[in-house]
Amino acid sequence: MTTDTTSLRPSAARPRTEDTPASVRGRRAHAQRRAQLTAWAFLAPVALYLVLFYAYPLWKNIELSLKHYTVASFVSGNAPFVGLQNFADVFSSATFAPAIWHTAVFVLVSILVQFALGLALAVFFHNSFPLSGLLRALFLVPWLLPLLVSASTWSWMMNSDSGIVNAFLGSVGIGQINWLTSPDWSLFAVLVANIWIGIPFNLVIMYSGLQGIPGELYEAAALDGANGWQRFWRVTFPLLRPVTAITLLLGFVYTLKVFDIIWIMTKGGPSGSSTTLAIWSYQLGFGSLLPDFSSAATVGNVLIVIALVVGLIYARVQRRLEV
Amino acid sequence: MRTKTVVRIGALVAAASVVAGLTGCSAQSSGSGSSGAASGTYTFWDPYPQYDASSAWGKLVAQCGKDAGVTVKRTGYDTSDLTNKALLAGQQGKSPDVLLVDNPVVSTLAQSGILTDTATSGLQTGDIAENILGAGVIDGKTYGVPIGANTLALYYNPKVLEAAGVDPSSVKDWDSLTAALAKVKAAGKKGITFSGINTEEGSFQFLPWFWGADADLTKLDSAGAEEALQLWKGWIDEGYAPNSVIQNTQTTSWQEFQSGDFAFGENGTWQKDAAKEMGAGVITIPAKDGGAAPVPTGGEFFTIPVQKDDARYATTKKIVECLSSGDDVVTTDNTLNYVAASKDLQQQQLSGNADLKTWVEAVSAARARTGDNLGVQYPVISEQLWTAVQKAESGSASPSDALQSAQQAVDAKLQK
Repeated sequence: MTTDTTSLRPSAARPRTEDTPASVRGRRAHAQRRAQLTAWAFLAPVALYLVLFYAYPLWKNIELSLKHYTVASFVSGNAPFVGLQNFADVFSSATFAPAIWHTAVFVLVSILVQFALGLALAVFFHNSFPLSGLLRALFLVPWLLPLLVSASTWSWMMNSDSGIVNAFLGSVGIGQINWLTSPDWSLFAVLVANIWIGIPFNLVIMYSGLQGIPGELYEAAALDGANGWQRFWRVTFPLLRPVTAITLLLGFVYTLKVFDIIWIMTKGGPSGSSTTLAIWSYQLGFGSLLPDFSSAATVGNVLIVIALVVGLIYARVQRRLEV
Repeated sequence: MRTKTVVRIGALVAAASVVAGLTGCSAQSSGSGSSGAASGTYTFWDPYPQYDASSAWGKLVAQCGKDAGVTVKRTGYDTSDLTNKALLAGQQGKSPDVLLVDNPVVSTLAQSGILTDTATSGLQTGDIAENILGAGVIDGKTYGVPIGANTLALYYNPKVLEAAGVDPSSVKDWDSLTAALAKVKAAGKKGITFSGINTEEGSFQFLPWFWGADADLTKLDSAGAEEALQLWKGWIDEGYAPNSVIQNTQTTSWQEFQSGDFAFGENGTWQKDAAKEMGAGVITIPAKDGGAAPVPTGGEFFTIPVQKDDARYATTKKIVECLSSGDDVVTTDNTLNYVAASKDLQQQQLSGNADLKTWVEAVSAARARTGDNLGVQYPVISEQLWTAVQKAESGSASPSDALQSAQQAVDAKLQK
């Protein structure tokens, strides 16, 4: 604050005595430079922060993926530059195609179901009724729990032999399903847990989006004879489009990097059947006794590129909505 | 319009950086092990965050420093975190003076060049049992000394066995064990629980059976290996072992055993007090054709990381020797639930507590995972081994197919 006043006041308060064109130009340039410096001074903390905590780690990550790091060269720092060899290795790995497929299924199914249920609940709670506030608060519980707690609880519930889910299924005559220990079910199991955790986020954002729609529109629609279904598809849904776009983008990025839930519930297994890119990256870097930093960073970079591409698509869509 | 662009760019940066946060942690660091050369302060890292300065262990470390005439600054890290912490510290030239690490990690750290061997540090390996020291020996050089060793054995629940009419002493080999499991199941109880998870824990738990069939880690697709995997798979298929063993950690497996329904539980020395409390007994894991199977050794090694100032090693050596072979080492090993690393000390431990007999026996038959000069090949082999175990257990491949592709993967990786 003080920098602002001291740097700007003298130039503004200086009396206009010598009005030769040259000196005016000089003074103007001087004042401009000062203003610029001030601007930079204001920008510096955030720029420094971005460079230190975002750009530098990102750069290090790219560097890790372009060199061949072993534990020895990690310490000595003389890892040879190998260009895109790490990427070639990752892409040709037997784990890659299944991991991409699991990631795609996990992310797309998660955000679609979360969004649909979140929106449905938001519309439901938009009509205030007795106890609706309390019920809405209860729906936020999954969000408030630490991921470690909710994932562990899901893991216990879905235990093959002693879990409550199988106990329930058994009581209605369905045999034991190995939710977490069968390659056919593990991805489904972690999806269910992740959807449960993601609903509150979608509910809250869509609910706030609903509140931004003026009530007169509904009145007008009702007067025109629109039924509830038509009111939703013709009024609510189109007006929620901007909120929808940002919810889906955030949901995508958030789901893409989901790690805790899967790691706690299945460790990416059995035999890789729930290994997503995020899990694979962790396994490479920290999962075995011998860390493979280069491959881990390479997979991490693939994740970043995917997030970036989706971000660009979002920006495209957003621009079209504005026009 | 301009603000919108800014918002858009902001959203992009945020999106990218959220993902970067996940991977960035591998590049970020917080090397805190400063080692002022002549300040008389020596840094000490161990994987025991559960012990603070007021614990017996914390006091012992401080005392050993005092005896050597210096102050020891001890920091406890989570064991899974310690390898990368140590590598980062080495990268920045800020290694601690003493590093206590899990034994299979010693070869990885030695490979990275951040550890001194005993010829440099002057550490004496003395009468430490060869099979325990094995984890620290690579290419004839020794990179540390064990604090003690723990390993695996079979806990049994006498109540369940009695109800099923099984005498624990009748379990001598695989056939008699499987027969006992069948009896237990017929009596309406549960047979055996273990940890067959897809992490190092899974390999650790599988190795007694693998080695018990004379299989060798350099050849994962041998007939013995297949028999061992078939044994586990057969137990799951027959319902002698629960399906949950596929995702069991050793802790969750222990919880299953503690429920009181299981006849047997494969678990480690660290559960012996809890076992005593619930009245469980313990036998060594049988080899295929009888006798105690070779089990993998667990437990930490004292290592001395490379320092810029050679003069520090003399004092560091004193601290380590105080901790690893001083008068208090038996007490320490008892506290940490370890079996001492040398025969003499083991006898001393036994005379104080006869219950340790099975464990001393097990440790005598134990092998180091990274031993036989496998070193950093072990982590590669182990990862493929637990993957094969997972495939077979979950039924996504037959034991022989799973082990064959595991060996192929090992060959491909080690060739690179």
